[in-house]
Amino acid sequence: MLNHFSDEQILAIVEENGACKENLLYILLKLQDLSPQNYIDERTANLVAERVGLSRVQMYDILTFYAMLKTKPRGKYIIEVCNSSPCYASKADRVTAILEKELGIKVGETTPDGMFTVSYMPCNGYCEIGPVIRVQGRTHGNLTEEKIKEIIDGLRNA
Amino acid sequence: MHFDPNKMITIKIDGIPVTVPSGTKIIDAAAKIGIKIPSLCHHPDLNVRAFCRVCLVEDTWSRRLKTACNNVVDECGDVFTNTPRVREARKTVLELILANHPQDCLSCPKSGKCELQTLAQEYNLRENPFDSVFTRVPKQLDNPAIVRDMSKCVRCGRCVEACQNVQGTNAIGYHHRSVDFNIGTAFNNPLNSTACVLCGQCVAACPVGALNEKDDTEKVWDAIHDPNKHVVVQVAPAVRVAIGDDFGLPKGSVATGSMVAAMRKLGFDKVFDTNFAADLTIMEEGTELLHRIQNGGTLPMITSCSPGWVNYVEKTYPDMMPNLSTCKSPQQMFGAIAKTYYAEKNNIPKENMVVVSIMPCVAKKYECARPEMNDSGVQDVDYVLTTRELAKMIRTRGLDLAKMPEEEFDNPLGLASGAGAIFGTSGGVMEAALRSVYEMVTGKQAGDLDFVGVRGHEAIKEASLDLNGTTVKVAVTSGLKNAKVLLDKIRAGEADYHFIEVMCCPGGCVGGGGQPFRTTAAIKEKRMDGLYKVDMKSTYRQSHKNPEIHKLYEDFLGEPNGHKSHELLHTHYTQREVK
Repeated sequence: MLNHFSDEQILAIVEENGACKENLLYILLKLQDLSPQNYIDERTANLVAERVGLSRVQMYDILTFYAMLKTKPRGKYIIEVCNSSPCYASKADRVTAILEKELGIKVGETTPDGMFTVSYMPCNGYCEIGPVIRVQGRTHGNLTEEKIKEIIDGLRNA
Repeated sequence: MHFDPNKMITIKIDGIPVTVPSGTKIIDAAAKIGIKIPSLCHHPDLNVRAFCRVCLVEDTWSRRLKTACNNVVDECGDVFTNTPRVREARKTVLELILANHPQDCLSCPKSGKCELQTLAQEYNLRENPFDSVFTRVPKQLDNPAIVRDMSKCVRCGRCVEACQNVQGTNAIGYHHRSVDFNIGTAFNNPLNSTACVLCGQCVAACPVGALNEKDDTEKVWDAIHDPNKHVVVQVAPAVRVAIGDDFGLPKGSVATGSMVAAMRKLGFDKVFDTNFAADLTIMEEGTELLHRIQNGGTLPMITSCSPGWVNYVEKTYPDMMPNLSTCKSPQQMFGAIAKTYYAEKNNIPKENMVVVSIMPCVAKKYECARPEMNDSGVQDVDYVLTTRELAKMIRTRGLDLAKMPEEEFDNPLGLASGAGAIFGTSGGVMEAALRSVYEMVTGKQAGDLDFVGVRGHEAIKEASLDLNGTTVKVAVTSGLKNAKVLLDKIRAGEADYHFIEVMCCPGGCVGGGGQPFRTTAAIKEKRMDGLYKVDMKSTYRQSHKNPEIHKLYEDFLGEPNGHKSHELLHTHYTQREVK
């Protein structure tokens, strides 16, 4: 599925965020966040490349170099599980197992309805309430099975 | 960091003092005193990347192992290239590379020419202590010219360097990182759907078997052995000065006679010369140029011999297609004439004829398969083989080029002028055109037939010529990155040239993507010298003096740019979408 923005809309977003190579990562993250499937599709990549003066293949190099940028469609909601040492020590793997059971997918996969993608993330500093997950920019800690189900249901009914 | 090239630095390498300009890389300083430091990713004509880590040396300054290809003499003490530590480290690096490489040298098209294979032998690698982590990925056969077998890629980046920084086409690049680090097109699109022009400079740069031309030798053998087929072969100018490389002849040797003899032994019914078709191209292109100048046609007119270059214009500068000469390339003119004029003259049904081309090029494989290249009524050129593929066939036949007698081309499509021969080097088409156009316009022979201003290796060469009071300005360039500079100038209205020669590959066809492996700029220069030697020794040095060309026009074509010429020898261009 293609990005639902028109070429003009994509270029407007590029302009708003300072259309130059120096701001490239910021621009790409912005576009990825605004995309309904949380990724940079080929059309968007080519438009940005041309605007900032990169070749298409150099743009693809950048997109695949950074772990935070994706070139394949993901779910509407990205559930990121911290797998850094403190969260690992406080049993992040149990959180992963609950998510996998609840959503019926493995880490890195997307649910067939296109709603959820589960992935790992590095430490974001909330070790005292670990293990933590991050959804839509918000970090949730002190997780229990009930709490995780509650978060997922909340998103399903949003 | 900036280095002053006028400052000389003296260091000791393996105890031998060497004095080189500041900023010289250790690997080049060592080469100066005859010490070869092994490397896989280093290439004298390409930017340094230091990816492969094979060129490790030790120095007293850092007391660490360092790569010789990217570290400079200014920042090292005494260098040692052969300590136990160095040898052990290089060996380990090679073993690690081999642990991720298929061990199928026997069936690899690069075997015998592979730089990794050479290093494995030089370092006496027998049992690899590392377990293989190799996984095979399917070969990519998505175009008629280049095969990519990425299982064999060692990620040296030489192809990317050639594509992005030599040609500026940016069709292939790096992907991902760490263990997933790989080379390919944007979004893994098929090669021919990208900006790729199939020039094959990536193939020429690849040290291993990852990149190769699509092999058509078996099809040609089948045609040769088919008693119902009349198989004729044409051979491009730049092949004769390069094929000797694959048989141990000195670089740039002119091997025309022995090559013709070998091709006859392979079983071709007739052995013809693309140089003849180059003479024909000059007749058509020269006439077209004069017509454009005299009738306010689109100027500058740009040559159209180089199929990679034509692909580039169609894909990247489609607005400039009217500037391209409508002349077909010599190879395609040959095909059209062979299957009409020659076929009729000898009462051979064109359906029974097979035209094979030996080209220094991989883009020619795509060119001959273009749907518009069938003006004889059938496909004009059936198969294109690279210089390397011809060398392979000669070896298969058990012949040694160095021991072949000298033989002459067959006629009528085998007689050529020296002007046709220099088509194989950058500046050659221009020089050949000037030699004839000057005389066509002024009625006088140019005092000096050597237009040396358009010769040589420079990025952009310019010259002007007085034609009965009109000053005709010309430019010559090769390599697409240089061509881009010229095109942008023309687009911006900053150039007032009348005629431009562009060759896709740097140096022209002598450095084509189908030439023997391990070609360098220095070797290309020797091949250029070889072609000028052929020119000097030719009976005729101007295309329009070639008696067989006269005969062709008298008996068959009529006049240059006439009705029949337009039908058979001219073409049109189509804008192509780029992914």
